[in-house]
Amino acid sequence: MFSVDIQIHQPYAAGQRFDLQAKFTLPPGRCLGIMGASGSGKTTLLHAIAGLVTPASGVIRSDDQPWFDARQSIALPPWQRPVGLVFQDGRLFPHMTVEQNLRYGMPVTEGKIRLQSVVDVLEISALLQRKPGQLSGGEKQRVAIGRALLRQPAVLLMDEPLSGLDDQLKQQVLPYIKQVIASFGLPTLYVSHVGEEVAEIADEVLMLAHGALRQPV
Amino acid sequence: MWTLSPAELAVVLLSLKVAACCVLVLVLPAIGMAWLLARKQFWGHALVDALVHLPMVLPPVVLGYMLLVLLGRRGWIGAWLYEQFHIQLTFHWWGAVIASVVMAFPLMVRAIRQALMQVNPLLEQAAHTLGATPVKTFFTITLPLSYHGVLTGGILAFSRSLGEFGATITFAGNLEGETRTLPLAIYSLTQSPEGDAAALRLVVLSVLVSVAALLVSQWLERRLVRSQR
Repeated sequence: MFSVDIQIHQPYAAGQRFDLQAKFTLPPGRCLGIMGASGSGKTTLLHAIAGLVTPASGVIRSDDQPWFDARQSIALPPWQRPVGLVFQDGRLFPHMTVEQNLRYGMPVTEGKIRLQSVVDVLEISALLQRKPGQLSGGEKQRVAIGRALLRQPAVLLMDEPLSGLDDQLKQQVLPYIKQVIASFGLPTLYVSHVGEEVAEIADEVLMLAHGALRQPV
Repeated sequence: MWTLSPAELAVVLLSLKVAACCVLVLVLPAIGMAWLLARKQFWGHALVDALVHLPMVLPPVVLGYMLLVLLGRRGWIGAWLYEQFHIQLTFHWWGAVIASVVMAFPLMVRAIRQALMQVNPLLEQAAHTLGATPVKTFFTITLPLSYHGVLTGGILAFSRSLGEFGATITFAGNLEGETRTLPLAIYSLTQSPEGDAAALRLVVLSVLVSVAALLVSQWLERRLVRSQR
């Protein structure tokens, strides 16, 4: 079980502050969709879970392990949190081949999620020896998802993974994302500003607006 | 006419040895300093930045003299080095290396710093989320994506060392076979009444060595670009 209960105060301009509250739990295999306009704090929320942004207060817990606990002054650095963060822009390492990208986050001891199964599910075996510069947008994003999975994450965080793609490519990548969620049984947080996309992927959808998560109306 | 005399060959080899050692000595400190200046904000940043760049604006002779005061046989540090370890840098080819190192340091730091600043910090962030510590991230992401800067810096330092004159002659001296690199040898020949022809030969040689160095560097650069594509 992955649980989040945090408050974030982010300064964003001189004397101005952005406040965000989020509370939810995610059982394995469940996908929570978070919808919100741009600037509503969706990315900030994912970054807080990954350790790239520090919340002001609250707790982030993966099973029994606290990743963040303001009261106990626990805040694991990003590299100690097993998250699978898929960025909007893929962020593949341009100097490495696809295979090197995939292996980058793999722990030394082999985990439950195998390279071969990821390659099969995402259908990227023909791309392994290519460099990111030789991939299409959709292929890049599939590799980015694979790389996040091979980190053996306790939670999968997807930050608008389709937003950089045109409609046709979106329709191509979407089934892969569903397949990944179904195959690997990870608690997943899927964030997007496109309602239909979130509704199609997530088991449950929450709205992020005015700094808080609510049930959609 | 175009076979090298043993003396000429010795001059060329000495110049190449000094330049190569200069680059080798510089690489790690230059990467460290470039990273510090590109990525860290600290008290005295502007001062450190200015000090690093000082050799670019000071006359080389002034730097050579400063090195002499510091590292000469009777210099502040030099006297101690001599007493403790019998190390003497003046009139020794290592002195020529040190003069080159000081002159080339800012060139190398600038090139690497530029390259470091072009590395997308979001890629480093991505590496962190994939479990890479800052040290691993630096050596697997930041530095490999800055190799062209390290290469450019190395080439600049090598060329600077090949052409170094003022600081070398002031600090290391003009000792044949030890510190008399190509520019110093040409200078010495022009000072003797019958040296013109020999000086001209060294000038041509100097041009050839520089062109060869440039060609090698271009070849290396092409290989690097191809490997990163």
